[in-house]
Amino acid sequence: MSSRADEPAAGSHPAAARSAPHGVRGARNGRHGGLLPAALVSPAIILLLLFTVAPAIYAVFLSFRRLQVGRGLLGGGKPTEVWTGFSNYTAALTDGEFWASLGRMLLIGAFGVPMTVVLATVFALCLDAKRARLTGFARLAIFLPYAVPGVVASLLWGFLYLPATSPIGGGTFDYFGSRGIFFSVANVAVWGVVGFNMVILYTTVRSLPRELFEAAELDGASEFQIAVRVKLPLMAPAVAMVALFSVIGALQLFNEPTTLKPLANAISSTWVPLMRAYTDAFVDNSIYEGAATSFLLIVMTVAATVVVSAIGRRIGRAR
Amino acid sequence: MTQRTRWVPTLILLIGALYCVLPVLWIVIAATKTNDELFSTAPFVPAFNGGFFTNLDALFSYNDGIFGRWVLNSVIYAVGGGVLSTAIAGAAGYALGKYRFTGSIMLFRAIVAAVLLPQILLAVPQFLLLAKAGMTNNYAAVLLPQLVSPFAIYLCKIYSEASVPDEIMEAARIDGGSEWRIFRSVGAPLMLPALVTVFLLQFIGIWNNFLLPFVMINDDQLFPLTLGLYGLMIITGGQAAQYSIVIAGVLVSIVPLAILFLSLQRYWKLDLISGGVKL
Repeated sequence: MSSRADEPAAGSHPAAARSAPHGVRGARNGRHGGLLPAALVSPAIILLLLFTVAPAIYAVFLSFRRLQVGRGLLGGGKPTEVWTGFSNYTAALTDGEFWASLGRMLLIGAFGVPMTVVLATVFALCLDAKRARLTGFARLAIFLPYAVPGVVASLLWGFLYLPATSPIGGGTFDYFGSRGIFFSVANVAVWGVVGFNMVILYTTVRSLPRELFEAAELDGASEFQIAVRVKLPLMAPAVAMVALFSVIGALQLFNEPTTLKPLANAISSTWVPLMRAYTDAFVDNSIYEGAATSFLLIVMTVAATVVVSAIGRRIGRAR
Repeated sequence: MTQRTRWVPTLILLIGALYCVLPVLWIVIAATKTNDELFSTAPFVPAFNGGFFTNLDALFSYNDGIFGRWVLNSVIYAVGGGVLSTAIAGAAGYALGKYRFTGSIMLFRAIVAAVLLPQILLAVPQFLLLAKAGMTNNYAAVLLPQLVSPFAIYLCKIYSEASVPDEIMEAARIDGGSEWRIFRSVGAPLMLPALVTVFLLQFIGIWNNFLLPFVMINDDQLFPLTLGLYGLMIITGGQAAQYSIVIAGVLVSIVPLAILFLSLQRYWKLDLISGGVKL
């Protein structure tokens, strides 16, 4: 491969030399690569086609199919797969339980997303505050839950909520009640991700030019004013990104409610949309409706991503 | 800053630290208690009546020591998947960042679009497809779908552009190095910080994954830790007498990872994420 790559190299190539200074970054290597770039990207392309593109297409295909019970002479016969148009989609979209699961997810998101964003931002600003002490310890401690898998975090908090073992008043407050459960699930999710988001925001604050803060300080701004009026606006794009991650995380809510389900009667098997997709496909053995629900969720996630990032961009531009 | 408000940031951080650490501390303490003590003693006072070792013993001898098997499976999934997906993302990211070739721009756009597509939502479709091919219920069914991460490729592309200078590659070429050699001895070492970060992200992601093994695997000998603990909770969920086993299992699954994690903290380059992603 090496000889093939080096042959056309000829550093004196006028076109290569001309395009280099103002060309796109990496363009200079364009003529040199030979087969190497293709060889380097091919494993990724093959895997993406097999495990991202193909399943998505197959899900769309299945979502337009259904099983027809065979009409053999003896009433038996194998059920056959037939086209069914949009019926799996209309079945999901006209099912009140589908919208209810979506509503429950939104309710948890409405609590969990702002909570994650606000806490992560406040912690990041406090870490960067001049007078803050014990920052090394606090940073590690708040980051720690990120190392705890969602399932394990849910079991852990499950015991904290459970009246028999609860050290946080599970005897008096019903963490598994029909209202309390929304807080309880959101809390597990927030606990797990707040540290990761805090570190992302903290690295953002640290990368801002210090002179700005010193200038504001000379002008008599208090540390609180600097944090809110100088640092926060400059962090806005990163905060928007954290918000986006949190929204996407909410749409994928599955581990926490599934793990808490054995403890909490308030959680049904179709409690959030992804649990419904799972239940359709594996419990009710209706892979066709499961495929339709999965595809609907994918579409909604992409739509939410586009909306949130558009808002983020607008905030960035307004700044 | 006035005397009165000086301690506010520290106070907020301490409250946050308590919120994050106390649940873990409670599990550590609860794991020292026998089942009876769990319900009868003060929550944050450890017991020293041998409950800790009884619980661990019960955990590791449960069902012929299947818990040890789950730990091993999680290590296989997370290390194997982490190493392979980092290599694949590093290679693809380098090619996209440092070369122009037919379709490279299109390919990069497709990868950015794929970042928006949450992998976890594909778990059910991935199962349906693999089931059609008769490839579920084995190690490969959990490993293969996690080998390629569009986000990891994206990070590697951004990082290779920023940290592998064209000039060095040019110099290596003049010295007669082949493109493959340049990748191996110039590109890859310069990308190392990004590769370590991507590995850690992938490792954690696979270690914590629940839905994918949940749909792919029904042989409990192949369960990762997350799925095993979930199963344990389902089985023992109704019986308070079994809580101490689950609590010990939760502790054992947290501690090694937390230590690994916190000790590797300085290798994390999270500014890569905050700087790399621009909305």
